[in-house]
Amino acid sequence: MIAGLFRFKGGIKPETHKNASAGSPIQIAPLPKQLIVPLRQSPRATAECIVVPGQKVLKGERIGLPDSPLSTAVHAPTSGTVVEITPHAMAHASGLQTRCVVIEPDGDERWIDRPTLDYASASPKEALAWLRDHGIVGLGGATFPSHIKAGVDGGIETLILNGAECEPWITCDDRLMRERADGIVAGALILKHLTGAREIVFGVEDNKPQAIEALRTAIHGLSGDITVIPVPSLYPAGGEKQLIRVLTGVEIPHGKLGGDFGVQCFNVGTAYAVNRAINHGEPLVSRVMTVTGNVEKPGNFEVLIGTPVEALLALGQPKPDTGRILMGGPMMGFELPRLDVPATKATNCLIATSPTLFPPPPPEMNCIRCGACAAACPAELQPFELYWFSRARNFGKAQEYHLFDCIECGCCSYVCPSHIRLVDYYRFAKGEIWAREREKSAADAARERFEFRNERQAREKREKAEKLAAKAAATKAKLAASSADAPAAAAASSDAPAGPDDAKRALIAAALERAKAQKAAIEPKNTDALTPDQAAQVAEADERRAAKAATDTAADAPESN
Amino acid sequence: MLTSPFVRKPTSVQQVMFTVLVALLPAIALYVWQFGPGIVVNILIATVSAVGAEAAILKLRKKPVGLYVSDLSAVVTAWLIALTFPTILPAWILILATVLSIVAVKQLYGGLGQNPFNPAMAAYCLMIVAYPSAMSQWPAAGWMDLSTHLQLIGGASFDAVTGATPLDALRTGLRSGAAVDSILGNGAFGALGGRGWEWIGLGYLAGGLFLIQRRVITWHLPTAFLVGLIVVSGLFWMANPTHYASPMFHLASGGTLLAAFFIVTDPVSGATTPRGKLIFAASIALITYLIRNFGAYPDGIAFAVLLMNLCVPLIDMKTQPRVFGHKGE
Repeated sequence: MIAGLFRFKGGIKPETHKNASAGSPIQIAPLPKQLIVPLRQSPRATAECIVVPGQKVLKGERIGLPDSPLSTAVHAPTSGTVVEITPHAMAHASGLQTRCVVIEPDGDERWIDRPTLDYASASPKEALAWLRDHGIVGLGGATFPSHIKAGVDGGIETLILNGAECEPWITCDDRLMRERADGIVAGALILKHLTGAREIVFGVEDNKPQAIEALRTAIHGLSGDITVIPVPSLYPAGGEKQLIRVLTGVEIPHGKLGGDFGVQCFNVGTAYAVNRAINHGEPLVSRVMTVTGNVEKPGNFEVLIGTPVEALLALGQPKPDTGRILMGGPMMGFELPRLDVPATKATNCLIATSPTLFPPPPPEMNCIRCGACAAACPAELQPFELYWFSRARNFGKAQEYHLFDCIECGCCSYVCPSHIRLVDYYRFAKGEIWAREREKSAADAARERFEFRNERQAREKREKAEKLAAKAAATKAKLAASSADAPAAAAASSDAPAGPDDAKRALIAAALERAKAQKAAIEPKNTDALTPDQAAQVAEADERRAAKAATDTAADAPESN
Repeated sequence: MLTSPFVRKPTSVQQVMFTVLVALLPAIALYVWQFGPGIVVNILIATVSAVGAEAAILKLRKKPVGLYVSDLSAVVTAWLIALTFPTILPAWILILATVLSIVAVKQLYGGLGQNPFNPAMAAYCLMIVAYPSAMSQWPAAGWMDLSTHLQLIGGASFDAVTGATPLDALRTGLRSGAAVDSILGNGAFGALGGRGWEWIGLGYLAGGLFLIQRRVITWHLPTAFLVGLIVVSGLFWMANPTHYASPMFHLASGGTLLAAFFIVTDPVSGATTPRGKLIFAASIALITYLIRNFGAYPDGIAFAVLLMNLCVPLIDMKTQPRVFGHKGE
């Protein structure tokens, strides 16, 4: 049980605009003409495609296999035909393309077989693989695979269910909690079982009283330590580290995960998806998204993954003066460069902007070091110092002042009276630092290659020398052994030691002999191509020479015959 | 294409500066009530010179004139100069001081946000060194009508109307061997500090509390400055009350309250970390007291502020707060 709430420093209270869509119940979005399902799930993982164009697929059929530990399966969001597998622009500020499976729905929404899993009796490994194969990822925005988070090996004390939803405008989690609290709680119980947590804590911002009430009704009568805690509405209370801080008092430093501190945090939408996967056998093929902003009918829709943004936006009926379209919240979301991109598992909100709702930014003035940004920073940084350092390209100093602890929540930019787009400066600095690190590691790799080559050459030289020495030593030993008899005989008459000199001499003599023989064998003789007369002459001369030689020692006349 | 965040708080430098100007109004009203309308004339002169100088140099620097002049920072500097300078000094000195503070102290360093020194205090120091006698001529307590004021700032003789400021009177008295009590008994002093001045001080206090309430300044700087001054003056006073004035006298005299809420709190030239702010302001209080008692100038706030401005980079560097998740390091 949690005794009291903690606070995180900083934070802001922007206009929430949640009333625009909070009152509108979740509607099932109509089937679009085409679904564009990206195989890329995150910068960490891209699924391996297992369908071919022309293939019929059923709703929930696997079309992509996980290719790495941080990857999950990808499924057909509806039944239909695979039209093509092609690069298509993704929902990203860059507008870059990624490989997508384009499916034309047949309109039947025919499901595959949906076996369920009895998680209480299944092995943990089996249950985690189940989550992976059902494409369950974090629906809070980061799409981190849930089987990794749920698969931490023990040590989890508290399971936090994040229903804070602190970004302005967004109401999808609010509606989900109001309407499907039972499913969320069922998912939370599964996650509790998997993580081995002792208690479950729902953190919901206190500006969502109906959601809190619904969750409380859903947990009523459940045994075990499970509570719903209203947390103060203060952006970014829904940031994982901020919510953990508020609920448990634990501060998780940059680069560490909640699991290291006995806390694990899941979005309420993720818990709901876990429930659908385990208890209903449904892979994650849809999610709730908010369509709001400068639209006639703001609302919340259950949308198939892969639905083009333009089709989704049309559901809200944008007003004529609509300008840019934002994906995500206004604090941390991004502007969509084009509208034919598909909605993904990370998409929680679409906001149509207008010059009145989102006025263009006023010109940037000089920083007056007023410290408003420092007072608003939930990471307790000194944002203006980071700004000065980033601007001066003093990246070392920026890192020293904990640039990488910045979570880019945007609070500093929000409060800055000089209208400085502070977060852009941090993004720039981080990008530069990463680029430099890449360059450095490339240079390091080149240096290593060079050093390795030098070393290899030295080693080969050394090995060759060693081999030669060994060979020489072996020959020496052999000769010493073979010449051991001769000196032994000589030793009878003389006491001169049969030392290495004798062996050497013998070695030289033998070598000379060999060389002579070789020379004789190789040297072309002028007697090779002779006329019969000449041959007869030569033979005559040879005979004479042989006769003469017979009188001498005939020791070395190999050619004589 | 824009990047997040796409929303921002409806605030601006102009609004911050405007709030500061509003916070100065109670003290200005009390000033007029105690000393006559002369201060308003001086504020106008300073404002016109500051804005003119700012516009001219922005044009020379090829910066957007309208954007920067309308941020009101030059007006704040002008008002602070008018309020810290003697009201009856020749207008040309006031103009010179204002122009110098805008041009040399602020814009030559790069303009708003870039100046290492507090512009008003730098101007004060420059003038007190350059024109020590003019800078120490303060009007005697009491109402002065507009025409007399205009004659005086036009360059008429001072003698008839000047009086010693409380700090001056105390210093002169002490040097002649008198005890604190007997000096404070004379006509220049009111219940708390200098007659007339103590009211204006209350005006600054009210304005300062307003700034804290509006979150333009934090409590750190004024509190550290005032507590620092009380502690150091209290120690001397307890050791020898006949020779050293009470903490209350120091609080109510000179520019103490003006400095606490409007000078020490200048964000550009001051320390920025919570601990750094405490060190910065308490050090200004200490140096101020030492100059008041043992230095050659009657009030030491200006010099103390400039000295501590020099230390700001070091203070900030050494007092960086712990970051979220790194508290134990």
